[in-house]
Amino acid sequence: MKYEREIKKAFEVSIPVMMGYGVLGFAFGLLLVSFEYPWYLAPIMSFFIYAGALQFVAINFFNAKAGYIDIAIATWFINIRQSFYGLSLLKRFKKTGKLKPYLIFGLTDETYALLTTIKDDEQLKKRWYYFFLAAFNQSYWFIGSTLGAIVGSNIKFNTAGLEFSLTALFVVLCIEQYKNLQNAVPFVIGGFASLFALFAVPSDKMLIVSIILALILMFTFRRKIENE
Amino acid sequence: MSSYEIYIAIAIMAVVNYFTRVFPFLFFRKNDLPAYVVFIEKFFPAVIMTILIVYSVKDVDFSLAPYGLKEIGGIVFTALLHLTLKNYLISIFAGTIFYMALVQYL
Repeated sequence: MKYEREIKKAFEVSIPVMMGYGVLGFAFGLLLVSFEYPWYLAPIMSFFIYAGALQFVAINFFNAKAGYIDIAIATWFINIRQSFYGLSLLKRFKKTGKLKPYLIFGLTDETYALLTTIKDDEQLKKRWYYFFLAAFNQSYWFIGSTLGAIVGSNIKFNTAGLEFSLTALFVVLCIEQYKNLQNAVPFVIGGFASLFALFAVPSDKMLIVSIILALILMFTFRRKIENE
Repeated sequence: MSSYEIYIAIAIMAVVNYFTRVFPFLFFRKNDLPAYVVFIEKFFPAVIMTILIVYSVKDVDFSLAPYGLKEIGGIVFTALLHLTLKNYLISIFAGTIFYMALVQYL
């Protein structure tokens, strides 16, 4: 088979992601159909959007009939960290030619982490190795979420409280952020801005108002944050 | 949302999400980022994750019994699990099951 070495190596490296994306994708699919949305939205979203936290939040957008502009702004800020992943990959992706648009599309947190931490093997055709690695990871997310949605629409059980998986996901991501930063000020700002917005504005405007207020606070207290 | 609106919303998220990933390839040629961009990069992810925790429980009525205590309990339980076991799948799943038990049996 052509590219056999690249496929084999990419598969090996992607195994830890299989577990994570399979299970988390499954939870996303279950949650989506628990609100009576059709199961096939799960594969559609996992194919075209392919972003973990955002797809969970998207269910809230559907439920709340969020405005399109609010959705666009919120999407941008939820995923703003991804705008910085590419910086350390500009050189690596330079000679990837026609595969480049997909490699960039596949830059999730986990794929980025694998691409930047795993050492390159000189024997491999790198661009194809990157491609298969990204494609394996997306396939786990795609299959996991599709299975979750199909299982959820056929087996009926009491899903009350299942939406907490979203909250739990953010709690975990928040703790991981704290371990990296060792600085409490951004969390205080995020907490203050969101609680203020929660009580001061209607709940469909809460996310946007929180983001804007937090940005204002960040630049107001920039010196304090950077010197902490 | 109607199914038509849902497809528009998915298209918007797909495009904006791709934009966030392609951004540096379009706009940055060298490592000459303005200081405020580096500042946002470093600290905004922590801010947005905190906001999203609150956002995800925004429909809870904190003025009525049990005053959001189930949500707060679920958050504390998930956080403690994650701080001790450090395995994100266990934290998310056990945290969710804990909360579902609170909602369904209390």
